[in-house]
Amino acid sequence: MASPAPMIEVTDLHKTYSARDGKIVTLDGVSFRVAPQEFVSVLGPSGCGKTTVLKIIAGLVPATTGVVYVEGTRVTGSQRKIGIVFQVPALMRWRTAIQNVMLPAEILGLDPVESRHRAAELMSLVGLAEFASKYPNELSGGMKQRVAIARALVHDPSILLLDEPFSALDMMTRNQLNIELLRIWSERRKTSLLITHSIPEAVFLSDRVVVLGPRPANVLEIVPVSLPRPRTPEMRVSSEFIKIVDHIGRRIGLEYV
Amino acid sequence: MSTQPFRILKVTLTLIALVVLWEIACRVFQIPSFLVPAPSDIGARLYEKRDLYLGHTWVTLYETLAGFALAVVVGVIAAALIVVIPAARDVIMPLLLIAQLVPKVAIAPILLIWFGYGLLPKVIIAFLVAFFPIVVNVATGLAAVERELLDLGRSLEATRWQIFCKFRMPTALPELFSGMKIAITLAVIGAVIGEFVGGNRGLGYLILVANQDLDTPLAFAALLILSAAGIFLYAVIEVVERLLIPWSASVDHYLEAERA
Repeated sequence: MASPAPMIEVTDLHKTYSARDGKIVTLDGVSFRVAPQEFVSVLGPSGCGKTTVLKIIAGLVPATTGVVYVEGTRVTGSQRKIGIVFQVPALMRWRTAIQNVMLPAEILGLDPVESRHRAAELMSLVGLAEFASKYPNELSGGMKQRVAIARALVHDPSILLLDEPFSALDMMTRNQLNIELLRIWSERRKTSLLITHSIPEAVFLSDRVVVLGPRPANVLEIVPVSLPRPRTPEMRVSSEFIKIVDHIGRRIGLEYV
Repeated sequence: MSTQPFRILKVTLTLIALVVLWEIACRVFQIPSFLVPAPSDIGARLYEKRDLYLGHTWVTLYETLAGFALAVVVGVIAAALIVVIPAARDVIMPLLLIAQLVPKVAIAPILLIWFGYGLLPKVIIAFLVAFFPIVVNVATGLAAVERELLDLGRSLEATRWQIFCKFRMPTALPELFSGMKIAITLAVIGAVIGEFVGGNRGLGYLILVANQDLDTPLAFAALLILSAAGIFLYAVIEVVERLLIPWSASVDHYLEAERA
C-alpha cells in the first residue's frame, strides 16, 4: 500500500439500480484513493453516476458490490466524520445563516457555546461575518452556498464531500467561489472530494482528477495536476493548465466517438 | 400608491358605499323588513337586544374554538403519524376520508342522540368539519422537507425524533397556518350546524328562532355578528402567523404586496 495510508479508499465499486425496464448499471468498477489533506475531483459527463460515488462514500447509498474505506474503517452506513455540500444550498429557511451553520453541531450534541464560537469563526472564514443573522431568503445564491460550506465544516469533519456545489451558480460567482474554496481548503486542509462536470474547475482546484467515462462509469484515467500551490487565478491561462484541461477533454471526448 | 392606510381606507369606503346603497334600495323600493331588512333596521335590532347577543355569541365562540383546538391537535397528530409511520397511512387515511365525506348535517342528529343537547355535540361537529384541511396541509408540509436536507440529517445520524422536530415540523408550519385559516372558518360553520339541529343557545339557534318568528332583522343581526366573529378569528391567526413565522414565503408575499 502506498504511504501515507489513504483517507478514502474506493475499491471496485459497482452500482446497479433496478428500473421498470430492467436493471441500470451506473457504476462499473470504480476505484481510486484520496490521501490525507489531498484535494481530488471526480469528473464525468452528466448522468454518469458521479453523485452515486459520493453518496456511497458518505454511506447514504449502499454499493451493489465493492468496498469503501474511510480512515481505515469500512463504510457500512452514514458516518459523522464527513461534511457534505450539496448541489443546492439546502438551508433551513426558518433559521438564520449562523443557526444553519450550527445545525450539525446541534444534531451531534456538541457543546453549544463552543459550536456557536466555531460557527461564527466559519462565517468569517467564508466571508459572511456580517450576514450571520440574515435569513436564507435575504442571501444571494453564492452566499447561500458559502453558508452551506460553513455548515459542512462546523463539526470539524475529517473529510469534505462536495457534490457539484457550484453548478447552479452563474459563471462569475462560480469562479469566485472556486478561489474561495481554495483559500478555505488551504486554511483548514480537509481531505476534499469534489464531484463536478467542469473540467477547468476540477483542474484548478485539485491535486488529482479522477476522470469517469459515460454510463456505466469506470475510471478512464486519474490525472495528476502538476500546477504548484497556492493556486492563483492567473494559472487558469497558463500553458500547463490548458494542457491538462485539453488532455482531459480529449480523454472524455474520445469515449463519445 | 397602495400603502397600508390607503388599502384600509379603500376597504372601508367600499363597505360604507355598499351599506348606503342597501339602505337606499330598501327605502326607495319600500321592501318589507321581513323580506330584506334595511341596515338601519338591523342596527336598531342589534342595539335593542345587545344583552341577548352577548350570551349567544359567547356560546358559539366557545363551540367554535373548542372544535378548532381539537381539530388542530388531532389533525397534527394524524398528519405526523401518516408521514412518520408509512404503515399507519393505510389505516388512518381511509378513516379520515370517510369522516370527511360523511355529510355533517346528516350525522348531527345522531351526535345529538349520543351526546345530548349540551355543547359537546356542537364542539364535535365543529371539529369534524374543521380537521380535514389541517391533516392534508400539515401532512403535505411535513413531507416537503428537501431531499438534500434529509440526506444531511442521515449523514449526521440524526434520530427520527430530531428529524421530526428540527426538519419536518418547522417545514410544515406555513402549511399548518394555511390549514388553520381554512379550519377556523369551517369551525364556525360547524358550530352553527350543530346549533341548527338541536339546542337552545348560540347564534345559530338565535337565527333559527328569528326565522320562525319572521324577525328577519334579528336574523341578519345574528349573521352580522357571526361573520364579524369569523373574520376576527381569521385575523388573529394571520397575526400569529406573521409573528411566529416571519421567514415564511406566504407571509413574505403579503409584505411584498404591501410594499409594492
